[in-house]
Amino acid sequence: MNATATLTPRRFRPGFWTAVFVLLFLAFCAVTVLRFTKGLGAVTHLSDRFPWGIWIGFDLLCGVGLAAGAFTLTAVVHLFNLKRFEPIVRPTILTGFLGYAFVIVALMFDLGQPWRIWHAIVYWNTHSVMFEVAWCVMLYTTVLAVEFSPVVFEYFGLHAPARIIHRLITPLVILGVLLSTLHQSSLGSLYLIVPSKLHPLWYSPMLPLHFYISAIGAGIGMVILESYLSGRAFHRHLEMDLLEPIARGMVVALGIYGLMRLQAIHRNHAFGSIFNFSYEGQMFLIEFTLGVILPVALMSIRRLRSDPNWLVGGAFLAVLGFVMNRLNVSITGMEAASGVRYIPSLMEIIVSVGLVATGMAVFAFAVRTFPIFPDGPVSQSKELEEGA
Amino acid sequence: MGMGLLIDFTRCIGCGACSSACKEQNKLPGKVEEVLTAYTWTTVQPREGLNVRSLCMHCEVPTCASVCPVAALTKTAAGPVVYDGERCMGCRYCMMACPFQIPKYQWDRPIPVIGKCILCAGRLKEGKPTACAEVCPADATTFGKKEDLIWEARTRIRSKPGAYVDHIYGLEEAGGTSVIMISNVPFDKLGMKTNLPADPPAMRTWQVLSNIPDFIAVWAVCLYGVHWITARREDVAKAENHQHGRGDRS
Repeated sequence: MNATATLTPRRFRPGFWTAVFVLLFLAFCAVTVLRFTKGLGAVTHLSDRFPWGIWIGFDLLCGVGLAAGAFTLTAVVHLFNLKRFEPIVRPTILTGFLGYAFVIVALMFDLGQPWRIWHAIVYWNTHSVMFEVAWCVMLYTTVLAVEFSPVVFEYFGLHAPARIIHRLITPLVILGVLLSTLHQSSLGSLYLIVPSKLHPLWYSPMLPLHFYISAIGAGIGMVILESYLSGRAFHRHLEMDLLEPIARGMVVALGIYGLMRLQAIHRNHAFGSIFNFSYEGQMFLIEFTLGVILPVALMSIRRLRSDPNWLVGGAFLAVLGFVMNRLNVSITGMEAASGVRYIPSLMEIIVSVGLVATGMAVFAFAVRTFPIFPDGPVSQSKELEEGA
Repeated sequence: MGMGLLIDFTRCIGCGACSSACKEQNKLPGKVEEVLTAYTWTTVQPREGLNVRSLCMHCEVPTCASVCPVAALTKTAAGPVVYDGERCMGCRYCMMACPFQIPKYQWDRPIPVIGKCILCAGRLKEGKPTACAEVCPADATTFGKKEDLIWEARTRIRSKPGAYVDHIYGLEEAGGTSVIMISNVPFDKLGMKTNLPADPPAMRTWQVLSNIPDFIAVWAVCLYGVHWITARREDVAKAENHQHGRGDRS
């Protein structure tokens, strides 16, 4: 835990991307006002036939899934005792927390009456997967906040509470893994109820397990990606000695997941609908080739896994495939039964993109303020700069 | 089993009196629309030479009620699946899950709720039939105890062979419904869902959800076990380093 540091970025110069961010933020505010004064119909392309759009398919399903790196890595470090991965635990917990915060804010837009979100605490229906989802979001966001809090406590010089949390880390991590297991899988369980609506290429009684295992794969992919992105932004080198072995974990998770998907399609007798040039078949082929077969094939090769560029490419494919899968389950696979084609409105996209941008900005702020990233590579690059 | 409706498509004359009566009874704004909306809870549409009425089927094990996280939708013993707009937070999972695609949303309102037929639950309490059944001039919608309605439907199908398709829609669909329908044109040709499983969809999630308490216990013990083993290994390794040469303590 000592070997972490705050990062200093390249000097801040307002430029093209700052302008984009400001414009996006203004558009985001305008949509927010419209959403809460004119109703969901005024800003979204949602309808009675298609009640869930990208705010569920992307913001909720992907936001939660991509936060899976946090529970995977905390389990690896604190339960499997592979302490050498400890340096990259903090950034993944931060990503996990921001991912869940992103989900909660997105729900504030998507729920018809978000000011009643607390109803899930008061009125219980244990037969509802959505009830389970609601509780998992609440509890796991809390666990992530507590897991991250020592960083903040230490920043303000409050060592006593930080020490208490450090001592409680094992039960905390177990609780986090439990909640994540339930939550990741329950997002798949959400779709168990629609056997007659979801296309057989995606429907399966094993959906909860598909969601769980693919989230582990994509969560690891996210760990690699964010190491790369913050490396670029903050002039750091990739921790290849840590990232190469966890990429192996990604291959295993994605491999198991890919096999399970093929099994499910076989059981649904749906192989025919892959190659009949149907819309669903094409979307499946893109998703499965780019998001499962390619990353598994590439990352199985040690030489490619050890090359930073290929490693980041493989991780990117895994994350992309994951996002495509969630969008296919929630949108592509549901369209035929609904009888309409759903294409998100510009305003829906502005909200989603605006939230992602805000999340990235908060992440950048956090790594500059708190000691989050491992110290080593930073000093290395400083030496390089000084030498040059 | 409670009360229900029998709807006979062969008798319906398409006058739309049921839709208007429904609007009046439930104080729904606007004119009767072509399709079901949050403000039109029942419609009559011409299809294949018949007049096909749509409305909430009031499932015996309602999917909407099972998925609602705040239990805003509930099945009453009298038959109706009722909705509490004060509880609903607007997640719209009921709309996603309903095998008959019945619940509709007030997309145009800043404070929206779900709209769907509630089988005139208030009137039923007073011992009255639903507004639509009361007003139907052609006896196409009949209100009564569900077992009586099933008997009546069977009698009609048997007494005039060939005049009906030998199927009562709603007897088995999605685990059975309080509203049942008979027709002389196959139901799939009328645009109705005929691929619905005979077991209620709610059971599929319950199979998963009911196992969660067991799962939590087992998984927690497993995870702690892993931690215990790895931590112990570390301790043993340390101890061995310390006591090197003094032999195994075991």
